[in-house]
Amino acid sequence: MNKTVNQKAWLFVVPVVLLVAFNAIIPLMTVVNYSVQETFGDNTFFWAGVLWFEQVLNSERFHDSLMRQIIFTATILAIEVPLGVAIALTMPRKGVWVPVCLVLMALPLLIPWNVVGAMWNIFALPEIGLLGRMLNGIGFDYNFTRQPEDAWFTLILMDVWHWTSLVVLLSYAGLVSIPDAYYQAAKIDGAGGWAIFRHIQLPKMKRVLTIAILLRFMDSFMIYTEAVVLTGGGPGNSTTLLSIDLVKIALGQFDLGPAAAMSLIYFLIILLVSWVFYTLMMRNEQQ
Amino acid sequence: MTLELKSIGKSVGAEVHIHPTDLTLEAGSFNILLGTTLAGKTTLMQLMAGIERPTSGEVWFGGQNVTGVAVQKRNVSMVYQQFINYPNYSVFENIASPLRVARLPAAEIKKRVGDMAELLKLSAMLDRRPSELSGGQQQRTALARALVKDSDLVLLDEPLANLDFKLREELRDELPRLFSDRNCIVVYATTEPTEALLFGGNTATLMEGRVTQFGPTGDLYRQPNDLVSARVFSDPPMNVAPVRKTGSEIVFGGDVRWPAGERFQSLADGEYLFGVRPHHVTPMRKSDAAVPVEGRVLVTELSGSESVVHFEINDIPWVSQSHGIHAFDVGASATLYLDITEAFYFDGEGRRITTAAPQGH
Repeated sequence: MNKTVNQKAWLFVVPVVLLVAFNAIIPLMTVVNYSVQETFGDNTFFWAGVLWFEQVLNSERFHDSLMRQIIFTATILAIEVPLGVAIALTMPRKGVWVPVCLVLMALPLLIPWNVVGAMWNIFALPEIGLLGRMLNGIGFDYNFTRQPEDAWFTLILMDVWHWTSLVVLLSYAGLVSIPDAYYQAAKIDGAGGWAIFRHIQLPKMKRVLTIAILLRFMDSFMIYTEAVVLTGGGPGNSTTLLSIDLVKIALGQFDLGPAAAMSLIYFLIILLVSWVFYTLMMRNEQQ
Repeated sequence: MTLELKSIGKSVGAEVHIHPTDLTLEAGSFNILLGTTLAGKTTLMQLMAGIERPTSGEVWFGGQNVTGVAVQKRNVSMVYQQFINYPNYSVFENIASPLRVARLPAAEIKKRVGDMAELLKLSAMLDRRPSELSGGQQQRTALARALVKDSDLVLLDEPLANLDFKLREELRDELPRLFSDRNCIVVYATTEPTEALLFGGNTATLMEGRVTQFGPTGDLYRQPNDLVSARVFSDPPMNVAPVRKTGSEIVFGGDVRWPAGERFQSLADGEYLFGVRPHHVTPMRKSDAAVPVEGRVLVTELSGSESVVHFEINDIPWVSQSHGIHAFDVGASATLYLDITEAFYFDGEGRRITTAAPQGH
């Protein structure tokens, strides 16, 4: 049969190209545009080349907030993933309590992020907050608005409270998909609780856990709303994570060039880590 | 070793899953649990294995009461409808896993796994993970794992149900060979009467948590105790219709009548149920004793070697199954011949009537 040359098919791609252009490519190109030029806000631009990139990458301020970001993300992943799996394992798999547990677990995920921040801010206030008063009452010198360690503690506690549920729900979905016959087979083999977890549940949950870790990595690396409402990056700069720093540069100091350069670097870090992580997990899967 | 179930029962709350059941399975026997889905086959197996605790009765094994003894202490193995293997173990490690639990020396494990893999044609894939195998190979791995540890009791819960047709036939042919030189008790659950007939051995028919009959498969097929057992062991379903005995005649539907014959001559007059398997209802007259009946054709299924015709007589659905192609027009009236010498008669409670005229033996 002869091949018919027909370019009309491209027309069908136009809507999605337009959509992606407007919500992703054009905004991104605007940022790229700012990142290589200097402007004084009067719509006049001067070519700056890679100046802003050099400046950002060499600035101690960026290093510090990047380090804080890495510590934050690593900490919450180290807590939320094992905790989420542990909670999922203790949840009932059958019966009337299943919907109750699921709703309770989903509850934190349904609260708007700024509300989470405001809630924890008030909850942790040393003078009037339940948590703050309680901690001080039992003898801790706790004040998250003044002591950096306390601010970090509160920030991590808030994130664990807010997001562990996501890991729980995903792990739970993985767990309930394991047929009962696996557990019976394990019982016949005389496998104990740990062996069942290690050789049946964990391998069967691997796929959903990969997704959970990936989502938690990306989200926590971009955390802004809750953190800024809770601590505003303080005390001092002690909880100024990457996104908070970025907003300070862009909207506080109105340094559009460096802010744009930083956005791109920030974006590339997330993209790179996610890609590497995903590729490794998928390769592992195939072997 | 003999497995004895002594009036064993299982209820969950008010729901009865297994009615009190007595069953004795001998070592070296192949036993089939035949019944529809939810008839209680799996529960009965779980009771045999000790995965579930009976709510009444006792399980004896080799002359010992093992009721309540944990399953891992009983030397039992089980294969399921789903292909159950350890997902992150290789085929070798999967087959070896029960031997590792038993702490056998490495050389012994290697030898036994090798032999078992050979037997189940898995030698070439010992290094692969279950996810890289076909369904048939996954189930072979599960079978190898069940057989490698020389269990006294091997439970196979519809192991072929999830395989496609060709693989199912292949594995079905191999199964009896796998157990031929073993002295274990094999219990095989299936929903298909044909499978039971192919394997032979003993069959227990199950219906709604009750073992309705147990005995050699052929006997069960030829001499069902009651209507329920006969129905469970018939595919396509057995044709059942009310008949009346008057004098020396059996009357069906008012105008069809045939002689009661020697065996049922002395049967009291009255209402009975008459059952005949679909392959004894044929479009061709096979013998002079066959009785013609008129029916209206509802559906015909022709498979080439076989014709299955669904029709109705007096609003009761009937099925005929015969060799060759017999085409009927749907909605038309057709004559079919009942081989009444192969028919069963049941009383009002569904018990098969056998003693009407005692035979010589």
